[in-house]
Amino acid sequence: MLVVSKVRVITTLTICLLGLLFAFPSVVDQATYDKLPKFLQHTVNLGLELRGGSHIQLEVDLESVKRERQESILDEARKQLRKRNIKYSKLNVQTRGDGSAICISLKDENDAKDVQKILNKIESELDVTITGSEITAVITQKFMDEFSKRIVGESIEVIRHRIDETGTKEPTILRQGTDRIVLQLPGVEDPAEVKRLLGKTAVLTFHGVDETMETIPAKANQKVNLPKKPGVVYLPEDKGNGVVYYVPIKKQISLTGKSLVDAQVSMDSRTGLPAVSIKFDAIDGTRKIAELSAKYLHKQFAMVLDGKVLSAPVFQAVLNDGNAQITGNFTMEEATELALLLRAGSLPAPLNVVEERNVGPSLGTDSINAGKNATMCAFFFVAIFMIASYGIFGLFSVIAIFMNITLLFACLTLLGATLTLPGIAGIALTIGTAVDANVLIYERIREEVRIGIKTAMAISQGYRLAMMTIVDSNLTTLIGSIVLYEFGSGPIRGFAVTLALGTIISLFTTFSLTKSVIAYYMRRQRNKEIIV
Amino acid sequence: MFRLHLIPYGTKIDFVGKSKYFFTLGILAVMTSLAFIFFKGMNYGIDFKGGYIFEVTMPEVPDVQSLREKLGSVGLGEVAIQQFGAEKDLMIKLEKSEEGKGQALAIQKVKDTLGSGVIYKKVETVGPKVGSELVSNAIKAVTFALIAMLLYIAVRFEWQFGVCAVAALFHDCAIIFGLFSIFPLEFSETSITAVLLTASYSINDTVVIFDRIRENLKRHKKLGLKELINLSLNETLSRTTLTATTTILAVLALYLFGGKIIAALALPIMVGIMIGTFSSIFVASPLLMYLNIKRDTEVTPVPANIG
Repeated sequence: MLVVSKVRVITTLTICLLGLLFAFPSVVDQATYDKLPKFLQHTVNLGLELRGGSHIQLEVDLESVKRERQESILDEARKQLRKRNIKYSKLNVQTRGDGSAICISLKDENDAKDVQKILNKIESELDVTITGSEITAVITQKFMDEFSKRIVGESIEVIRHRIDETGTKEPTILRQGTDRIVLQLPGVEDPAEVKRLLGKTAVLTFHGVDETMETIPAKANQKVNLPKKPGVVYLPEDKGNGVVYYVPIKKQISLTGKSLVDAQVSMDSRTGLPAVSIKFDAIDGTRKIAELSAKYLHKQFAMVLDGKVLSAPVFQAVLNDGNAQITGNFTMEEATELALLLRAGSLPAPLNVVEERNVGPSLGTDSINAGKNATMCAFFFVAIFMIASYGIFGLFSVIAIFMNITLLFACLTLLGATLTLPGIAGIALTIGTAVDANVLIYERIREEVRIGIKTAMAISQGYRLAMMTIVDSNLTTLIGSIVLYEFGSGPIRGFAVTLALGTIISLFTTFSLTKSVIAYYMRRQRNKEIIV
Repeated sequence: MFRLHLIPYGTKIDFVGKSKYFFTLGILAVMTSLAFIFFKGMNYGIDFKGGYIFEVTMPEVPDVQSLREKLGSVGLGEVAIQQFGAEKDLMIKLEKSEEGKGQALAIQKVKDTLGSGVIYKKVETVGPKVGSELVSNAIKAVTFALIAMLLYIAVRFEWQFGVCAVAALFHDCAIIFGLFSIFPLEFSETSITAVLLTASYSINDTVVIFDRIRENLKRHKKLGLKELINLSLNETLSRTTLTATTTILAVLALYLFGGKIIAALALPIMVGIMIGTFSSIFVASPLLMYLNIKRDTEVTPVPANIG
């Protein structure tokens, strides 16, 4: 006799009811959904290919940040070597193998140890090797790893700020691998605006202008020979009408956009053109802008964004209250965008778009409907076949399949997992495996009946004997899916989640739900003949 | 009472006896597949190669030929245009891919060429780097998953069973990949899922049969290995076909009603389930014959006073 304890029956029923409760919001229409209590207002998170939206994969240009770091070490080393009068014939950054290294050729081999000390003093995370008079210094992998982690983390923060500013709802921003960031923007059809915003690092710096050098006007796209002077660099200022001014700027940064607390679009009171009003923080920024404006009072200074001069005006007064205005040759849109970028902060490294997928809302709706229809048809096909094969017992397994799909939806909802297209295929397989456990048991029961065992006995025997097989085959699948989840990415992970959940749930429905139903059925049919 | 019986009770098919033919068939299929994979190569989609896909609805029924020529002259590599669904619906694929700024420019060029009034249902851009990472990542994940399953089977059964199961899995995966190559089916990111589904179905199927063999090894200690494997296969045959049929029915529904994208995924899965079923019966189990399974042939003494 098949016996299922009362506790088990109650637990089973509770789980099934909870499953129905949490899967329910995913299938009702919007009006009903809005009337549901707050804790039920969660639906299955649909993948972008199902709901429409934009998927963008960005690569953080860590190489450029690394190069910058090397250059600054190099600058510092050059200064130190000159100060100590150590002679060298070569001092540069060279590419070697898959990385780059700082290389120094010394005139005197005996200076090597000193140079090593100098380099390690500038940056302790440097592997310095000496071969005769040649010195190579490589930034350690440990440092690069931590550095990369920090840069990508900071990038994600800035991206989040910028995307929030555009008003995109429910963006998902995830780190992927060592240098990738994946953006999921539901409902965004053409992400041109987002991409433009992310294409700018938006590093704002204030510099003094070297008054001993001249500003050089040129036509856009024209090659210009610029004079050279240590500590000074020529940067272009686009004044519109195809004319570019090359402004001699002191390399030393006097102030950065990091000390900003606010940026808003305003009007330049003198020209009537759009401008951006900025406010510096009370402690550091306000003091620095006051110092800078005092130093350059009635002199020219430059506001530089991403290597381009926005404008190079003259300080008319000392700015004591931390308020300033960025002027430039802006349109209203450009000024709005600049204000947004300054509010959101600058990116620690440039970003490159390496993958982009946009799905329009109509295609998304079509996919959802098709997926729903297909799942329902799959369910009916299997139901008819199972009932034809096993009669009333087939019907019991149909209940199990129904609960399987319901519980899978409930689990996906509660876990906040995303249902993707391959995930729908996973559901079909779940139907298959859910059936398999039942088939194994029923076939076993039939075998027992054939060798002359009474049906009631054969049923409990069938459960006992099939148990090991089901556990073995399901555990193999489960192990496989856990490994896939651990090492896979993107679609493989989504598939692994549905497969693992489906396997666990089918074990539950087989050994708790169907078993309880069959036990109940047998009690009611006690004196009648039962055919499996 | 009516019951559908796919396999009549008492079926006795000599699977192992015919295994020579099936091994030959299996090996031939695997060799052909491998040959196609190596010499013809896979028909990788832009997910792997990098490139652009546009799904658009044109304002009027377009002249595909002239559109192809126009897009061909834009300089973005090979152009493939497919009509699907309504006549105005086009899928345009461009195979060249660039990093960074080139992408936005390329998309703009295509949009300019197509003109105004076009509804863009889907635009995808994949850089070449992403694709190659996808391949290496998928291979890594699948390899580790196979090793883990092999270990589990080796622990739960014996190492011979693990080897046979993985041989069958290799057989399945090789043929599935081969089919993608032989019939010019596009191998995309979701196709990986089809291969994974096939593999997980096949391993499940194999384990069920192995389980029965293990049980029979304990029960029938005097039966020859060949007869024992045959017996186990016949005993489980009903279950094997039933489960395969229901799963295929479920996937068939996806193929028929799931829409274009799901259908493309369902077809290889359907074939995969058939191959997986074939390999569990005709490859994995008969292969055990050749791997010296340890058998405890000693008969447990039966108490004399029974009966």
